[in-house]
Amino acid sequence: MITCDVAVIGAGVVGAAIADVLAHEGMEVAVLEGEFAGAGSTGAAMGHLVVMDDSPAQLRLCHHSRLRWDAMLPEFPPTVEADRCGTLWLAASDAELAIAQAKVDRFRRDGVRAELLDAQQLAEAEPALRPGLAGALRVPDDMVCYPPVIAQLLLERAVAAGARLLQPVRVLAVESGLVRTAYGDNVSAGAVVVAAGAHSASLLPGLPALPRRGHLAISDRMPISVRHQLVDLGYLDSAHTLGGASVAFNVQPRRTGQLLVGSSRELVGFDARINRPLVARMLSRATAFLPALAGAPVSRTWVGFRPATADALPLIGRWPAIERTWVATGHEGLGISMAPGTADLIAADLLGREPPLDPAPFRPERDVAHAGAAA
Amino acid sequence: MRPSRRLDVVVVGAGPAGLAAADAVAALGRSVLLIDQGSRGGGQVWRHRPGERLPRAARRLLGAVQPPRVAVARRAAVIDAASPHELVVDFDGRTAIIETSSIVLATGAVERFLPFPGWTLPGVVGVGAMQALCKSGLELSGARVVLAGTGPLLLPVAATLRRAGARLVLIGEQVPARRLRRFAMRALLSPARLAQALQYRAATWPVPYRSDTWVVRAEGHHAVERAILSVGGEERVEPCDWIATAAGLLPRTELGTLLGCAVGDDGIVVDQQQATSIDGVWAAGECCGVAGDDAAQAEGAIAGMAAAGATEIPAALGRRRDRGRAFGWLLREEFAPRRELLDRVTPRTVICRCEDVRQESIDPAWSQRQAKLWTRVAMGACQGAVCGPACEALYGWRRNAVRPPLEQPSVGAWASALERLTPDPVAVGESPPQRGA
Repeated sequence: MITCDVAVIGAGVVGAAIADVLAHEGMEVAVLEGEFAGAGSTGAAMGHLVVMDDSPAQLRLCHHSRLRWDAMLPEFPPTVEADRCGTLWLAASDAELAIAQAKVDRFRRDGVRAELLDAQQLAEAEPALRPGLAGALRVPDDMVCYPPVIAQLLLERAVAAGARLLQPVRVLAVESGLVRTAYGDNVSAGAVVVAAGAHSASLLPGLPALPRRGHLAISDRMPISVRHQLVDLGYLDSAHTLGGASVAFNVQPRRTGQLLVGSSRELVGFDARINRPLVARMLSRATAFLPALAGAPVSRTWVGFRPATADALPLIGRWPAIERTWVATGHEGLGISMAPGTADLIAADLLGREPPLDPAPFRPERDVAHAGAAA
Repeated sequence: MRPSRRLDVVVVGAGPAGLAAADAVAALGRSVLLIDQGSRGGGQVWRHRPGERLPRAARRLLGAVQPPRVAVARRAAVIDAASPHELVVDFDGRTAIIETSSIVLATGAVERFLPFPGWTLPGVVGVGAMQALCKSGLELSGARVVLAGTGPLLLPVAATLRRAGARLVLIGEQVPARRLRRFAMRALLSPARLAQALQYRAATWPVPYRSDTWVVRAEGHHAVERAILSVGGEERVEPCDWIATAAGLLPRTELGTLLGCAVGDDGIVVDQQQATSIDGVWAAGECCGVAGDDAAQAEGAIAGMAAAGATEIPAALGRRRDRGRAFGWLLREEFAPRRELLDRVTPRTVICRCEDVRQESIDPAWSQRQAKLWTRVAMGACQGAVCGPACEALYGWRRNAVRPPLEQPSVGAWASALERLTPDPVAVGESPPQRGA
């Protein structure tokens, strides 16, 4: 039996960030990881550090986290590949441009820099985009990074501050202050924090988080100039379908000259096979925005499993069904963007401190309307 | 996009095995499509320029494997498969679904390249790559070439380079002299092989052929200027313009793996009829083990006949295959890369050229996946085609599971091929608000 103050299950970016914060608060932390830091959803992720505003709570958690990343990233080595390229949210029509304008106003109210580009300014900013777009919302402080290395470095910092890494460990069950493992010692802890991404629900029955599969493809190096992370606003034109598969245009320039191309969303459980028709739609959509991309060789296609919730907000805080148990998951595609803020919320709760932002919208026991599962 | 009809056999690869397979299928009156990445057939071993004189077997097969007897797709590649009977084929940028009853895999072999200091300098190439460059018209007249590799293929490559006017500095064979002698005594018992060896040696005379020799490192500013060699245990510096070097050949098994075929250390596992572990899939030639072009032709013919439904395979073909296989095993035994080739790597040596990953940043205790995710080794443009075998030798990594698409099709091609394969069962909504990636 291993004894500690806090057992953190999962060394993805969220678990590693929590371990880092708690270890630096002087707590005895044990991190239980099944494979290695960043091996799960973190390793499959795009690495877009983005501030989003679907809801005021989402905007606040993203923004708080971004300020924390801004403070942390300069301490990290260049292997995190942090690049403040900014995000362009593309508007195909005047209606979408109006939505972009509303977003600009919301961002600015919360102190997030944002500006509107008209068609001409957009064409100058990103000449590889197809002509005829109405404009874009530019969020200049958004960044891209390389997620598995970020998780690894956060975990190393936690270990340097005294955290104990138990790896590889398969967790069988979480009970009140006890983590049962398949091999090796069980862990007795004052508090257990489940940060096992899309797998968290298997440890916490009834947790309203489920895997939402996504595909990514990466191109070979191409002489296509893309300067920003590019995402389209076009989803607003069509209705969401419950459980339906969907794609969006989402392209990220890598330092190597390669382009990372996404994205897709499906609720199909943990099926790691590639859905070819969906990849086809995803890439067709990408080439509709970036015509020159059609000629770029595809180096690789892969899938990952986002931990998704029905109301598009993460589950952060005490899980009331099991004593002395907390949870931090459900970030869907924003695990990296929201990891530091998530860690701060968990730490404040464990230490009985004033939280840096209102934790209520993220309470795991809230009524996460399942009817909107695909939203 | 719509498949016009179901073919009897698709043959993948137009080297000796693939040509022989396609020829055999056609001889039995079955429909056959030959898919090849090259532009005129022959594979690596019979790579040629128009009008160039080829061996008799090559001339015969290249002549026989022509439309309308055999449908031939050049500059084409199988990039994915929904099943062994539904192949996604990239036809030079346009994609289509090909339906077929059977497949013969004849995907050949690639060079095993092991890293050493300076290997990323321009002018350092693989032995096979050097031969390919030469055959496709690279001007080598007067160029000083150090040729350092392993196995009997070195001599024909040397002869090709010589004919192109290259000044061969030296032919280096990594194995020690006693192994070479033992190999010669066992292999050259065959008069045909002896004659061929003598013929090649004559064509390369008087270039020194040295056993116990390998490149320790390459040096130069913007391109290679000299090779530092280990020759019989002594270091020697040879000024040169090119270093052509490799550590043998490895079977190309990716498509077989994608189709679910069992793959062993020697390549795709096949039975006496060249059948793989997957129904409807046969394999022939070097993708099932490196054994030379004569065995490859025999295997191709057997696989083609079997795939076309023949029940009786001529015993002579089986004997030819078995002789070749025995020779292949001998080659693998006698020309296995020696330990010193791995010891050339220093902490600063680049392992993965695409992602600029050096030896010092890889912890040998990591799992393969961990090393890849944390350092991006083997994740770059070549997708481990070059460094994968090197990592296998250096770190004991197994070759990965294969994910589509194979052969790096364009985004446009990969996007256009796929709609018909499996109809999307789910109602299609457009994207919800994007929460990050």
